[in-house]
Amino acid sequence: MAIRAVGPGESPDVVMAESLPPAVALVPMSYWRTVAWRLTRDRATLVAGGVLLLIVLSAVLAPWLAPYDPSAGSIRLRLASVGAAGHPLGTDEQGRDMLSRLLWGGRMTLIAGLTPVLVAFVVGAALGVLAGYVGGLTNTLVMRTMDIFYAFPAVLLAIAISGALGPGLPNTLISLSIVFIPRVVRVAESATVQVKGLEYIAAARASGSGVIPIVRHHLLANVLGPILVFASTQVSLSIILAAGLSFLGLGVTPPAAEWGLMLSALRQSIYVNAIVPALPGLAIFVTSMAFNLLSDGLRDAMEIRA
Amino acid sequence: MPAAQGPAASPRRQRRPRGSVATAVWSYVGRRLLLAIPTLLGASVIVFAMVHLAPGDPIAAVMPAESSKAEIEATKRAYGFDKPLPVQYLVWLGRVVQGDLGRSIATRRAVILDVRDALTNSLILALSSSLLAFGLGIALGLLAAFRQGRVLDKLAIMLAVVGVSIPHYWAGIILIIVFSVQLNWLPAMGAADGGGVLEYLRHMALPTVALALIPLGVITRVVRSAALDILNQEFVLALRAKGLAGRRVFTHVVKNSAPQIFTVLGLQFGFQLGGSVLVEAVFSWPGTGYLLNLAIFQRDIPVLQGVILVLATFFVLLNLVVDLLQTMVDPRIVRH
Repeated sequence: MAIRAVGPGESPDVVMAESLPPAVALVPMSYWRTVAWRLTRDRATLVAGGVLLLIVLSAVLAPWLAPYDPSAGSIRLRLASVGAAGHPLGTDEQGRDMLSRLLWGGRMTLIAGLTPVLVAFVVGAALGVLAGYVGGLTNTLVMRTMDIFYAFPAVLLAIAISGALGPGLPNTLISLSIVFIPRVVRVAESATVQVKGLEYIAAARASGSGVIPIVRHHLLANVLGPILVFASTQVSLSIILAAGLSFLGLGVTPPAAEWGLMLSALRQSIYVNAIVPALPGLAIFVTSMAFNLLSDGLRDAMEIRA
Repeated sequence: MPAAQGPAASPRRQRRPRGSVATAVWSYVGRRLLLAIPTLLGASVIVFAMVHLAPGDPIAAVMPAESSKAEIEATKRAYGFDKPLPVQYLVWLGRVVQGDLGRSIATRRAVILDVRDALTNSLILALSSSLLAFGLGIALGLLAAFRQGRVLDKLAIMLAVVGVSIPHYWAGIILIIVFSVQLNWLPAMGAADGGGVLEYLRHMALPTVALALIPLGVITRVVRSAALDILNQEFVLALRAKGLAGRRVFTHVVKNSAPQIFTVLGLQFGFQLGGSVLVEAVFSWPGTGYLLNLAIFQRDIPVLQGVILVLATFFVLLNLVVDLLQTMVDPRIVRH
């Protein structure tokens, strides 16, 4: 690109502006459009997103997609192999159709895995922003309480609470929410403290803005992004833990179909049929990997480093 | 270690930077030690609360169904359940501090004995899987960083994602299916009782691999990004411009990324202890996870409490040691 000489009476800036491609100089893309554009250029993320969409759709549509009743078994048809007539993915130890159970099981596993992260995102962001913005004693109180939960590795904390509460989906949701809330609070608090110190917040306060407008318009807009990205990284762990709890007999109770529960029930059958018992775990693995790849892509697109 | 000379230095020298660094390190160590106490107390409150989280009367679980009201009252008094909760907590804490974790409801054995045996077995497994994961993870992460964008790097990234995504209990089952059921090379269950070192190692092989998968993924990832951070710094360019051989540049990069890698290793070792619950359940390895699993099945709350309290204490102390060792390696940390 040629830059012409600066003529008499002309500012050098004008000449520079002429020589730049107009789109760059005049129409900057909005932040979220840039993020979306970057996501569409990222092949791994797109594939992961596609796989995830399929998994979620098949879970949502399970009642219509499943060829059999997930709890109706047949003693004559126990542990049929993959590709058996009428049962494309075989049958389980009670002769129930694996495809139907995997579809229904996905519903349970996704509910048990996603809800705690969602709860943690809402509660954790609220607590973290509160602690970070108010500071002082409130901050100390909230953050030291959260520190206590860091005395336990995630798996152990989940098992401790679930072990005490007993099995069942509601208890799984409670115990996993307790696992993830302190993590979100930490991220939300540090992001809030960082943004709170920026000059534009001081400017808003100086121009007479109240606490609620500042938090709502100025703070949350810049804090929710990083919190969301962090929460998205926790989904795969949450799914693995939720399935793990039912694998231990602490989560969803039989006869419901849930991937971790199915894996645990089929464990005894690996000497009879090697492929069918591996399927529920494969489903957990693929789902958790898709969530991980997606959150990696999201983080890269938003340029936030873990 | 220059930092250790601080306290012995003369007052005149203490005003110099080196003396102040040493003072800062020691005050940091003190603060960090003090901070661990409320964390441990908080953890003990959570563990204590577990009994009261459990649905139903804790006494009902220990008493036979036909016992009379008076008998139940007597047991309540014997266990101290008639006192207010804070008093109960203090009494319980007093016993715990003396190493008395109560008795198992199922076996009547002292919980501390069961936990001690189980912890030894878990530690052995955590050590072997950590060794495997640390060695492989550091090697892969460094290789990937130095071959950024090439096939090896992409493979390492892939392996890292698989490592953090795989449900390790499922990986354990797959290992059993392949190596025990199909190939019949390695035993599927338990620890060896007798049969020599080789037999013991054969029993350890599969659980070790299953347990190493998650830390392997995490460590590969962190080592790669830590090394890349250093590689992209100007001083590395300067070293290269100076004509330093690739091998010596490598040494510089490793040394500078060491503190970050070190933190991850410490944390991961702690997670190995707590995270082994599911893997131990799959392989019936007689560690803390297996004990926990049994306690869950029998609703044996004292054992549940004991195992979790001991593991949490171990985890907090381990984090403390890692933090302190880190300030020795890199005194800059105390300023944050």
